[in-house]
Amino acid sequence: MEQTLLKITFYAFAAMTVFSAIAVALTRRVVYAAFSLLFTFFGVAGLYAFLSADFLAAAQVLIYVGGILVLLLFGVMLTHRITPMELKAGSIQVVPAALVSLLLLGLLLAVAFRTSWPTSPGPGGPTTEGIGRALLGEYVLPFELSSILLLAALIGAAMLARREVR
Amino acid sequence: MIAPLEMYLAIGAVLFASGAFCVATRRNAVMILMGVELILNSANVNLVAFNRFMPGGMDGQLFAIFVIIMAASEAAVALAIILNIYNNLKTIDVDEADSLKG
Repeated sequence: MEQTLLKITFYAFAAMTVFSAIAVALTRRVVYAAFSLLFTFFGVAGLYAFLSADFLAAAQVLIYVGGILVLLLFGVMLTHRITPMELKAGSIQVVPAALVSLLLLGLLLAVAFRTSWPTSPGPGGPTTEGIGRALLGEYVLPFELSSILLLAALIGAAMLARREVR
Repeated sequence: MIAPLEMYLAIGAVLFASGAFCVATRRNAVMILMGVELILNSANVNLVAFNRFMPGGMDGQLFAIFVIIMAASEAAVALAIILNIYNNLKTIDVDEADSLKG
């Protein structure tokens, strides 16, 4: 019973992720795309939870849904006059792009299903402690460098986006 | 319940293909940014799935964390650039911003 329920939940998350990602690619309105992206991010967070990556699932919701998506919506609102005509986004070179991305999809699926991966999942369980130890141990240099990157991005974004004061 | 690894890889492949299609066909800069976010998410799904199915360390999840950090800073800077383009050209159509074209 519990297994069936988990299976249903997993496939629900997977379907939500896949279909909303396709909707982002195909919809013509920017706001619809942004809200489809919301469901994609939530679905990916659910998949992380199923992969027993609890810290990443929480980080996905906090950073992507709470940060990046809100930023994108701000971008949409600030760069469009709020009229339906303006909110449409034109598309170019649809046929070659569709061909190339379908070919890519087929290639990736072929690789995924034809390779015999070693499929022995580990024990799972909470990951926060392991991530914390690794971040302040083996990965301390990239951790500190990423703080510099974030500071640089913060200053750069503030400098680029501010209004000129005369 | 643990779904097979191929399932996660297939989801990642679909996310990547939609992101690539979005980046290639859109002219709206914000939509291109959304496609980039989709591509980064597909990479993250693959990293976390491999981390789960090949035990021995947290490397996949740490890589995913660094990808998320990079995506956050990239989105902030890219949106600042888009706002600047909008303030200067009154459009965010990437085909219109061609004043550097030779």
